[in-house]
Amino acid sequence: MQRRTGLTAIALIGSLTLAACSGGGTPSADGPVELTMWSWATLQKVADIWNADHPDIKVTVQEQGGGDELVTKVITAAKAGDGPDLVQAEYQMIPTLVSNDVLADITEFAGGAKDKFTENVWKQVTLDSAVYAIPQDTAPLAFYYREDLFTQLGLEVPTTWTEFADVARQIKQKDPNRALTTFSSNDAGLFAGLTQQAGATWWSASGDTWKVAIDVEASRKVATFWGDLVAEGVIDNQPMYTPAWNKALNDGMQIAWVSAVWAPGVLVTSAPDTKGKWRMAPLPQWSAGSNTTGSWGGSTTGITAKAAKNGRAKAAAEFATWLNTDPKAVAALVKEAGVYPAATAAQTSGALTTPEFFPNQPDFYRQAAELAKGTAAASWGPNVNVAYGTFKDAFGKAATEKSPFPAALKAVQDATVADMKKNGFKIEG
Amino acid sequence: MASTWTDRRLAPYGFLAPAIVLFGLFFALPIGYALHLSLHSVQVKGLGLGRNAREEVWVGLDNFITALSDPELLAGAGRVLRYGAMLVPAMLGLALLFALLLDLPRTRFRAFSRLAIFLPYAVPGIIASLLWGFLYLPSVSPGYFLLRAVGWSGPDLLQGDWLFLALTNIAVWGGTGFNMIVIYTSLRAIPPELYESARLDGCTETQIALRIKIPLIMPSLVLTFFFSTIATLQVFAEPMTLRPLTNSLSSTWSPYMKVYRDAFIQGGMHSAAATAVVIAVVTLVLSFGFLKVVNRRTAERTP
Repeated sequence: MQRRTGLTAIALIGSLTLAACSGGGTPSADGPVELTMWSWATLQKVADIWNADHPDIKVTVQEQGGGDELVTKVITAAKAGDGPDLVQAEYQMIPTLVSNDVLADITEFAGGAKDKFTENVWKQVTLDSAVYAIPQDTAPLAFYYREDLFTQLGLEVPTTWTEFADVARQIKQKDPNRALTTFSSNDAGLFAGLTQQAGATWWSASGDTWKVAIDVEASRKVATFWGDLVAEGVIDNQPMYTPAWNKALNDGMQIAWVSAVWAPGVLVTSAPDTKGKWRMAPLPQWSAGSNTTGSWGGSTTGITAKAAKNGRAKAAAEFATWLNTDPKAVAALVKEAGVYPAATAAQTSGALTTPEFFPNQPDFYRQAAELAKGTAAASWGPNVNVAYGTFKDAFGKAATEKSPFPAALKAVQDATVADMKKNGFKIEG
Repeated sequence: MASTWTDRRLAPYGFLAPAIVLFGLFFALPIGYALHLSLHSVQVKGLGLGRNAREEVWVGLDNFITALSDPELLAGAGRVLRYGAMLVPAMLGLALLFALLLDLPRTRFRAFSRLAIFLPYAVPGIIASLLWGFLYLPSVSPGYFLLRAVGWSGPDLLQGDWLFLALTNIAVWGGTGFNMIVIYTSLRAIPPELYESARLDGCTETQIALRIKIPLIMPSLVLTFFFSTIATLQVFAEPMTLRPLTNSLSSTWSPYMKVYRDAFIQGGMHSAAATAVVIAVVTLVLSFGFLKVVNRRTAERTP
């Protein structure tokens, strides 16, 4: 009697555990295919347009934390055999996700979408001639500045990095409390974009061998440039995305920001009182007259290995292609998520309306399209997370101590190579 | 009867079963898994892309050797020790002082003060760190605003050595109340006759506190010291929350932060597991060592 109670208790606990584990559910043969998508943007409204037209494939978007957090989460979930069918991923994270067996090869379902995008963009979703994601948005870098304060202080908008440094010095002379901008160590993406402009390609692969080229001449040029400005004290060295940074932008203590096309969406919340006072200009150049820029982020829609395993990859790829190329979908994407679409047709379509925060620059997206033409190619490796993580620590330290930045750059290269070697990757050199 | 006898023998196991199952599932199994991870590593084939490109291989103690030879882990431990050396005496000293003050016969607003000192403990560490983080940033802090009004700029509390003070302050603010309650409770358990006879002998309140109260509440002081030390070794939430606000807090500032970085930012679950095991062993050795020393001293005193 007592023994049976004990066994019942064990059985009960066992069944509870099992129930907790099998929460996922499998699609029934006759119902619609149910797809879940993890994204940091508010995409449910866009998915609803799809759901209305496609009764056989129903997409539910689950909003998640920011880009890096989402990567961690989806890798962990995939290891447990869990996770979504579709995931929003930044370009630089695709090799990491593929290497962790999170993303599925969707060449057979999505290869047709290739001509909807520029070659440089498509290359970033293709690894070893297999397609792993559909590009969503691109994020070319630009120079944002406070138009009113530039006029007030009598400053010229810099077109080269030399002029940029001069402007930084002039501001310090005219008003020591203000700074042109800050060098922030808490997002390596910006720095990576700046080195792309200078001609660096941090990772490349040939055959079965990787090459890591973070600490190269082009990157050192960028590192030295910013390190010198920090050491000279003409720009700030505190991280961005802090309450102090928001206040500096809002109060005009920092009057420029090197950022990507998505900057208006950040400025709305960071510097709410400055609506209509900002303007976007092309990124300063290393040689006068050229038009080159790098990228900071930009995202894709990936289809997970879990979706492929459950036979839902085709449906997922169909949705991902629609989401990022269909005119109606892209227009909704621009409206809901404020992205600059990667699909070339959409970049010149009427979907792009002036950002509300930039009423003074009605041709914002026409100018963006112009500078996007000079976007340098980028290619990424399987441990961008390690490189970016090391960047934060190494450059944070260098920025605080005002010590030479190239040493920090070397630390990033060394940590990245060491991590790849430890994991058994073949590395050139 | 035979069946009854069997039932009786098995009954205890029936009662134990739920606890054993839960212990196994949520305690022993995760620890076992962490040990398994710490002895393995991932090796990739070719470019490391696509399906089955990674496989788990046995590496023996390699992960432990890497963890122990990483200077960052030792440096992190050093930072935490320095932080603990500031935090534990300050927090327990204040807790003891407040408890003794509350225990004085003529203290007013006793209930209110007790609650007011205890209240910060109810604020989660992350929220407390966010609140203090705002107060530490010179450009948004009202404290700095007042300092500037009197013409002094004040130090940047999130840089360099000040950072230790900033972190200690958060933990003292949050932890003093709890420790005070523990100490105060054991103060209330001291029989009042002792005080009476001490007063008859001409003791002042200070002498009562130093000669009677503190020696008698030694066990609870030891207990709070023990808990505070373990909590210090595991410091994570506060530096993690302040980290985005400053360049001075690296992602490996404390050993636990390093484990988090290795596992969830760099995707090195295996090396992180090894580091976690090392930290757990060190914590265990320190805790038991401390308890043993304390027990031996107590045993020596009571013949």
